[in-house]
Amino acid sequence: MTGISKQFGPTRALDGVSLELSAGEGLALIGENGAGKSTLMSILSGAQPADGGRMEIDAKPYAPHGPQKARQAGVAMIYQELNLAPDLSVEENILLGQESRRFGLVNRRAQRQRAQAALEALGHGNLSLNIPVHQLSIGMQQVVEIARVLVSKARVIVFDEPTSSLTRADAERLFETITRLREQGIGVVYISHFLEEVRRVCDRFLVLRDGRSVAEGVLASTSEADIVSSMAGRRIDELYPSVPHSPGEPLLTVTGLSGVLKPTDVSFELRRGEIFGLAGLVGAGRTELVRSILSLDPVQAGEVRIGTAIPAPTPKARLRGGLGFVSEDRKGEGLALSRSIADNMTYTRLRPYSRWGWMNLKQRRLAVVHWMEALQVKAASPEQAVVAISGGNQQKVALARVLHQDADVFLLDEPTRGIDVGAKATIYRLMGELAAAGKAVLFVSSYFQELLQVCDRIGVMSRGRLREIRPASEWTEHSLLSRAIESN
Amino acid sequence: MNDRSKDAWRNALGKLAPLLALIVVFVLFAVLDAVQPNGGQFLSLRNIQAMLISSAPVMTAALGMTVVIIAAGIDLSAGTAISLCATVLAWVLERQFSIELAIVACVLTGCIAGAVNGLLISRLNVAPFIVTLGTMTAYLGAAKFIAEETTIRPPLEYVPKWMNGLATPTPHPWWLFVAAGVWIMLGLAIIMGLVLRYTVFGRYVFALGSNEQTARLCGLNVPALKVAVYTLSGLFIGLAGVYQFAKLKVGNPISGVGMELKVIAAVVIGGASLNGGRGTILGTLAGTLLMQTIISGCTQLGVKNPAQDIILGVIIIAAVTLDQWRQTRTA
Repeated sequence: MTGISKQFGPTRALDGVSLELSAGEGLALIGENGAGKSTLMSILSGAQPADGGRMEIDAKPYAPHGPQKARQAGVAMIYQELNLAPDLSVEENILLGQESRRFGLVNRRAQRQRAQAALEALGHGNLSLNIPVHQLSIGMQQVVEIARVLVSKARVIVFDEPTSSLTRADAERLFETITRLREQGIGVVYISHFLEEVRRVCDRFLVLRDGRSVAEGVLASTSEADIVSSMAGRRIDELYPSVPHSPGEPLLTVTGLSGVLKPTDVSFELRRGEIFGLAGLVGAGRTELVRSILSLDPVQAGEVRIGTAIPAPTPKARLRGGLGFVSEDRKGEGLALSRSIADNMTYTRLRPYSRWGWMNLKQRRLAVVHWMEALQVKAASPEQAVVAISGGNQQKVALARVLHQDADVFLLDEPTRGIDVGAKATIYRLMGELAAAGKAVLFVSSYFQELLQVCDRIGVMSRGRLREIRPASEWTEHSLLSRAIESN
Repeated sequence: MNDRSKDAWRNALGKLAPLLALIVVFVLFAVLDAVQPNGGQFLSLRNIQAMLISSAPVMTAALGMTVVIIAAGIDLSAGTAISLCATVLAWVLERQFSIELAIVACVLTGCIAGAVNGLLISRLNVAPFIVTLGTMTAYLGAAKFIAEETTIRPPLEYVPKWMNGLATPTPHPWWLFVAAGVWIMLGLAIIMGLVLRYTVFGRYVFALGSNEQTARLCGLNVPALKVAVYTLSGLFIGLAGVYQFAKLKVGNPISGVGMELKVIAAVVIGGASLNGGRGTILGTLAGTLLMQTIISGCTQLGVKNPAQDIILGVIIIAAVTLDQWRQTRTA
């Protein structure tokens, strides 16, 4: 890939990025969220076209129209979210869309041989071909997905954060699998935040930042600190503006909270004027914890106290009690996308603008305009549908809803995921200002660096349990990670 | 023209599309009718009066259905519930109770039918399509039960004169221009339009239809809201039952069978999305009148009934296709 560029509206997602991969090589693609890794890989795998630059495979020009064409050319991608048909068997999944046919019928014997061969190449020859994949662990499902890619004779396989939902043992097995793939001459591009695992499976690295490649080299001769600083660039001070604040009395007290599967027996305190970080890997139970606090998920045991009150276990009562919530799933549940900015911002508190159920829209508009300016939401008007504005601005609308609601406790689940650097800085500053104003902020993130920079205290969750709470100054990225991957 | 005013223009055009379609179709039929030998009936006052009044039951029910569909629901029981309501009205009247009581019973029946739908949907957590498919049959059974499997024919002298005003094309004081029933319906439509735009309830209905999860995490009482939405729709079904009775003068338990599809079609032609979150009262009015215009216009032109049905079917699909196409272009 040479000089690849891509533009999304006003944002430059990729700006002249080049990448080279030899047979059997492992290349680590490193960068923060929004650095352009996913965009680059979606261009490579044919999911979207580049605006500029060119690609070659074996010195032949390569410009795939769609993922199907990319697969035929030998480029395949393994996503974080697996794409399997849960009710079909292992064999059927491996050969889906590439069945062995004879006279228009599926040739079962040839099918089985090919599936078996692929699994053996991955060191999983003993996996039964007949069981439906939903009965397999996530780790084994991933093996099935990789086997499928092998059957299609892939030359290059891209792994996008493949260990994010794996247990440690499954992750180990994945590393072995990837080593086998490389021994067979398959080039591997590996995307991950975790520098340790990157060292296990790759020898070279490429760092992206704001859509440009900023560093590349051999992993063995580069220190972790060097890579981290090139990921973040020089802007660390600008990105994390420090607003002085000091913790006061406890505001939210959670005692022995347990949900159906997760969380398990979680207790902690959140104080006024404090930013409390909740670290962990995807699937650690952080989202479930926040949802249980809000009574959005059923609670089996435990108590949630706001100040001295114990509000009724309904989302409505919890919000009235002073909790505010920004969901990690902005598009799926956080925002009513087809509704206006004004509506989305004010759903949690329409009372100031209504009398006998009838609304004063003019008065509401003034309030909405105020918050749009305060958070620098870029949009044509308050009446614009949320679906039409950028991800960063959508997130600001979601935050503005909690601000407008005048909550005391801000439960922010991955508020910086998938938004640009500028919007991130706004959100970090906002969290500091909230703490300075005596609010309490719970900040859930999978990105440990931002937690370390922004929070006063950080708790680590894994497997539904809150493992340990320490002041942020006593944690490092490394110690956070080692607690986060704890499995019992 | 800059992007912003272009968007605003396109947006306004989108909202008015059903109305524009109505005008185009209306003018088309007026012209076609005027040029045919001994034509010109289509544009007569009497024909317009008749068109408006005969669309009344469907349009009234469609006002409620608009709210249901905006809230991402559906009510397949609307048709049989309308005839259930009309049957109740006839039953009460036949027993020599006053017409006022009969109307109250009729409207109340509608509200109860709606509330039952709402409660089943929110308590059992079963898809509205399935729940109302079930109650559709159940309400038909209930109506037959009340009518003892025949048609209730209350003596005509029990039906007061003013009730004819709800159903006959010519208005009683002539200066009303159209039947009183049409004016009442128009009043209800205006009220509903204002409710959807200017009340907290209206905003919540749109929130629920756009994204139920969002509604929930914003602290809306989603089950109660659903019951309210279906009960409100039931109120309009009850009123549609009154119109239905005024039109037929009998309580026929099967007179509403299939009517729910016309009601849904009217709402959908009016630009509402079955995925919820989108729809307007103005669109629904235009949608109902569009269907009525086509039926009436075809009759004037001597197009046979089967052909009318086919044309209506094509219009429904075309309206939704056009709307979707417009949506993807603006999104």
